[in-house]
Amino acid sequence: MNSILKQTPASIFDVEATRRDFPILARQINGKPLAYLDNAASAQRPDSVIQALLDYQRRHHANVHRGVHALSQEATALFESARERLVRFINAGSIREVVFVRGTTEAINLVAQSYARPQLRAGDEVLITGLEHHANIVPWQMLCEQTGAKLIVAPIDTDGEVHVQTVEAAMSPRTRILAFAHASNALGTLLPVEALIASAKARGIVTVVDGAQAIPHLRVDVRKLGCDFYAFSGHKMFGPTGIGVLYGRESLLEKMPPWQGGGDMILTVSFAKTTYNALPYKFEAGTPNIEGAIGLGAAVDYMTSLDLDAAHAHEAALLACATQKLSAMPAVRLIGTARRKVSVVSFVVEGVHPHDLGTILDEQGIAIRTGHHCAMPVMEFFDVPATARASFAFYNTFEEIDRLVAAVESARRLFA
Amino acid sequence: MELADLYRDVILDHNRKPRNFGPLARADAAVEGFNPLCGDRLTLRLRFDGEKIEDVKFEGKGCAISTASASLMTEAIKGKTRGEAAHLFERVHELLTDDRAPIAEDLGKLAALSGVREFPARVKCASLCWHTLSSALNAGATPPASVSTE
Repeated sequence: MNSILKQTPASIFDVEATRRDFPILARQINGKPLAYLDNAASAQRPDSVIQALLDYQRRHHANVHRGVHALSQEATALFESARERLVRFINAGSIREVVFVRGTTEAINLVAQSYARPQLRAGDEVLITGLEHHANIVPWQMLCEQTGAKLIVAPIDTDGEVHVQTVEAAMSPRTRILAFAHASNALGTLLPVEALIASAKARGIVTVVDGAQAIPHLRVDVRKLGCDFYAFSGHKMFGPTGIGVLYGRESLLEKMPPWQGGGDMILTVSFAKTTYNALPYKFEAGTPNIEGAIGLGAAVDYMTSLDLDAAHAHEAALLACATQKLSAMPAVRLIGTARRKVSVVSFVVEGVHPHDLGTILDEQGIAIRTGHHCAMPVMEFFDVPATARASFAFYNTFEEIDRLVAAVESARRLFA
Repeated sequence: MELADLYRDVILDHNRKPRNFGPLARADAAVEGFNPLCGDRLTLRLRFDGEKIEDVKFEGKGCAISTASASLMTEAIKGKTRGEAAHLFERVHELLTDDRAPIAEDLGKLAALSGVREFPARVKCASLCWHTLSSALNAGATPPASVSTE
């Protein structure tokens, strides 16, 4: 089985060369080579991203959109060119549709507060799914408290799948917003995004897609998807933390009031009246995370320099290998067995609490996530307090999966 | 940092076969402890005879460290007075968090918890039940409360 997997198109992807681009992967942890299998929490950065951050800080730093001096112009050019690369990366219509935010969480809060809050009336409904991250639950709950709208949850099935029919059954004439993950962080499930968007569109429902877990693993074309909003974070796609993107359709962003007030988001200010800046700056009050954006631009460059189809095929092979080897262990129960998944494997081991497993794996230099993955309702649905989650990037190897499986087996024996 | 130091035989044994696990009839105090970081949850129930802890039981789901710590704790405090149990809480707290704290022989099996000191991420697992106990001892006649590690 394994040899077949290794001969898939993934074999044309040069994993070893890719690994050399990521200096942290050469680290030893507790005397063992690091096996970094916690990419769904945060991915590592290639040298080119680290170098872009350093170059900016050593040579170009100044505030953006302000001064006429050389450094300010250089910083502005670097900052805006990062935005342009993101426009191309997700195929947005223009820079007016790409708003820099701190991350996915801030993007969803922005939509909830700036788009939804002025529009929604008591009795209106916001529809989400049962596998959402807390970042796609709590902002809507807050919105519902503020407006009297109702939060409706379309359930998942026992494989952790979301079915279009189930979501449609949860729609009503009062549904105003459908917010859902492109891919689940806790389970790996890929949602039927196109069908969900089409279904919502046909009913005049605005769609908000949490793309945090999809953007490192899939080619995302926001205009082909046809969603109204798409949110993602830089650090899940090999960029820095504290930077992310809200894509919004221009016609919607245009009508939305600013989300925060301050510098950079204005054209003129007097005590009588303030005129807001054009898109996307209307939503970027204050000095932005300049180096974050530049680092994210470098991450986009890095990703587009790869053979992304081969990289994604390698991830799919890693997922298939880990799924097969872990599910072959009698004590292991996989949580989330959807047919279409990104490279995330959530599991529990009979007799071994995920937290203990995490410690034992760490001793072997293997980094996985254990806990509720900011998706407590998912844990409740599967009736587990927590799971262990291994999540793979294109720089992971089959050997790391073998080490994971061996360490899980030794943990099982320790607690047996 | 040695794994065998964390998962000593006493810990593994009390995780496999937790003592004083289950419901307690006619409890005078019941406090729920919760660690939101990992989802561990336990309920501690105590029955007093005057100042003395006549019986104690716990229930819940947790990792090996939190289960073994709770099991060892119930063994250690049964038959003790409130004051003695409170003192034991102080000593175990020090044992878990202070690298230089001596491991006194009179702590008996509880000394096995000292391995946690080398694993800062796991200290809360071991201390959850003890904080729950402390809350139960301080609650007095007030209704059942809950305590969180965060």
